[in-house]
Amino acid sequence: MDSGLATSSRPGMTERIDVSNIILDINNLVVSVGKKPGGPKIIDDISIQVRERETLCLVGESGSGKSVTSLTTMGLLPKGTLVPTAGSIRLVGEELLAATDRRLRQLRATQMAMIFQEPMTALNPVVPVGRQIDEVLRAHTSLDAKARKKRILDMMEQVHLPQVERIFASYPHRLSGGQRQRIMIAMALVLEPKLLIADEPTTALDVTTQKQILTLIRELQRDHGTAVLFITHDMGVVAEIADRVAVMRQGRLVETGPLDTVLRNPTMEYTRNLLSAVPSLVPRAARPETKEPVVLEANELSKVYKERAFFGKGREVVAADKVTLTLRKGRTLGIVGESGSGKSTVARCIVRLIDPTSGGVRLAGREIADISRRLLQPHRQKIQIVFQDPYRSLNPRVTVGESIAEGPINYGVAHTKAMKRARELLELVGLPADAVSRYPHQFSGGQRQRIAIARALALDPDVLVADEAVSALDVSVQAQVLDLLDEIQTRLGIAILFITHDLRVAAQICDEVVVMQHGRVVEQGPAAEVLTHPKQAYTRALLDAAPGRGWDFANFRPVAEGVGATL
Amino acid sequence: MSVETLPQSSIPITSPLRPRFGFLTSTPIIATATVLLALIVLVSILAPLIAPHDPIQLSPSQRLKPSSAQFLLGTDAYGRDLASRVLYGGRISLLIGIGSAILSIVIGLAIGLVSGFFKLVDAVLMRVMDGLMAMPSILLAIAVVSLSGASLWTVLIAITIPEIPRVARLVRSVVLSAREEPYVEAAISVGSSLPKIMWRHLMPNTVAPLIVQGTYICASAILTEAILSFLGAGISPETPTWGNIMAEGRQYFQIKPSLIFWPGLLLSIAILSINLIGDAARDALDPRMKQREGK
Repeated sequence: MDSGLATSSRPGMTERIDVSNIILDINNLVVSVGKKPGGPKIIDDISIQVRERETLCLVGESGSGKSVTSLTTMGLLPKGTLVPTAGSIRLVGEELLAATDRRLRQLRATQMAMIFQEPMTALNPVVPVGRQIDEVLRAHTSLDAKARKKRILDMMEQVHLPQVERIFASYPHRLSGGQRQRIMIAMALVLEPKLLIADEPTTALDVTTQKQILTLIRELQRDHGTAVLFITHDMGVVAEIADRVAVMRQGRLVETGPLDTVLRNPTMEYTRNLLSAVPSLVPRAARPETKEPVVLEANELSKVYKERAFFGKGREVVAADKVTLTLRKGRTLGIVGESGSGKSTVARCIVRLIDPTSGGVRLAGREIADISRRLLQPHRQKIQIVFQDPYRSLNPRVTVGESIAEGPINYGVAHTKAMKRARELLELVGLPADAVSRYPHQFSGGQRQRIAIARALALDPDVLVADEAVSALDVSVQAQVLDLLDEIQTRLGIAILFITHDLRVAAQICDEVVVMQHGRVVEQGPAAEVLTHPKQAYTRALLDAAPGRGWDFANFRPVAEGVGATL
Repeated sequence: MSVETLPQSSIPITSPLRPRFGFLTSTPIIATATVLLALIVLVSILAPLIAPHDPIQLSPSQRLKPSSAQFLLGTDAYGRDLASRVLYGGRISLLIGIGSAILSIVIGLAIGLVSGFFKLVDAVLMRVMDGLMAMPSILLAIAVVSLSGASLWTVLIAITIPEIPRVARLVRSVVLSAREEPYVEAAISVGSSLPKIMWRHLMPNTVAPLIVQGTYICASAILTEAILSFLGAGISPETPTWGNIMAEGRQYFQIKPSLIFWPGLLLSIAILSINLIGDAARDALDPRMKQREGK
């Protein structure tokens, strides 16, 4: 799994010599909005090649055009809105831009295949997965039913699905996210296409599952000689899987080259910035211990969801099980864990968006876990929350200023004064004060998250809960928002409860870390301790699965070299 | 990396998703429907000014006259001018349509908001609504009218009641999905009171679907009123409504079909126009519909 070794065993040295094994050849591709040649260009003059047995990673932030590139190749662009206006795409020598719809349909299963980010929506929920794979075979081969089934089961074994007979007859919702993605891969590769396009195939998966899927793609590629065009925004994933890297920005190709070269010696400013923005897995230097007062305490906090059944006994789901944590003024406590670990449940119990089943929450010395909503009202302002999705956490019909001022007005501040404060807060979070009169849709994701932070700060809370607050943002924006949180903490002495699934982010912002699994706290302690010398197997597994852990991206070198240099 | 630049201040500060009425002229068919409906509304409002005769005045000597200069569309069995009656008839029909739409939306909105937010109340209110929906609306209306006598108000209420459950359910479903939105949770965590959350964060989500629903209710109420009148369970027969005119004309249909033709034509045009406008409104206000068309 060591990415350094993996790349050196597949050198990019043969690049120019062998032209015959080029599978995908995109030349000077331009994709414009609308049919007119003058329209805005979404893809502007891109040329990339993918060879047999090679993985090319197309990297870029949201809106860079990486997905449009893959959709153009597959011939899946929305008709009439996005049109390839120049250039060529050749698949094993055959021009795709000139191909008829019929030909493209043939090619799509037999010569090229695609897997998507969200395996649940890509599978038909009302058809057993085995039959969905079978449909591909039925459409493109003349095998009889028995031979098809044999081939499908064989393919399912190759993607390491357990109990293939049972899964063959299962509906998608019975399978886990990782299993669904395996089914998608099986479906994509069952006809042994020459080219596999993977569009963020692991982004919706947990790290441990992600690692397995990446290994699987590598393995299948080795066995079948498939060329892989892998689209991702995650530099860690790039380091794990790429042979060569192509960096895109605003529809243009910024830089391409072998993995090692791009990570070590990026030639373009943009690539350097992109790599520098990747948070390091090595925890930041620990801040000195503090004797500041404890502002937030959770005591054996539990949340049990009861499913009532009309007949028989209901089912109980323990979302949080006796979670205990302490947060001091001016410190940051991270809760890390995979999806379903209960980290968000804990956060929402603490903010009292949901009521805990048992246990206590002490906010500034005052118990708030079981008091009524009316009594809770005065305490709400002391703890504020920032949500994950900045596109949904602001009411689209309310101006930014009114959104920020809503809290203070609730607590009796006059409207004009609250709006004045909103302007100050916008400047504090790095936005111009005149943004108050705009509506959220006029801002980008990162800017909206700043607005959400401003809204949370408007009530001068003691504790700020950030529930995956940077997970939906591009790395460069994520770095800015993390800096902002850090700066606000230094300036206002606020305590932050930071919920994240991303160990890199946790390493960079947390003083202490709580690792959760299945609703329970597995391990907790100082960030440096937990993230470098984990005591529990689960924590170790999480760290092992973190993509690109061998690379210190910001310093353009593998971690091992960095350690060697400092020793 | 530099901080992202703010959008140009030259971008007009507009509210998104606020219903706009440009769709009323979006296609030639919709534009025609809008014009026709506007004409019918205008003529109905101005009926006292433009109607050539008193619509109620009986003149037995002038029974069932054909079209002439004096009686543009002829007269009915009691010698009343058909043209005047049809013009006046539109007033009642449109009043019932619009009144019923507004009334059922106001009541349905209140019920929907409350039951979308309080689980206990929801269980009770929704069962009541289920009960109402289980009753055939025409029979319910006939029962209400025969219990409390036929007047504009009883007919209006009788027509409105069966429409309320549909509005309430619509609002409830919008509220149920909207209250899961993070911005509603954010409002809870900044300490906003429940009425404020409902009014400011939940209610605006219901505006677009309610405009659409309103047009359908309006059309169906006009139709129901006509049916009630036709069945003799509506407003008293001497009052001109499209339904009443047709009911009376039924007996003379073979002698003088225009007694049914003209009110029927106006009724159909009005309902078709309202439904077309409702469809256009849904397409314009529901972004998902637009995506499905692939435009």
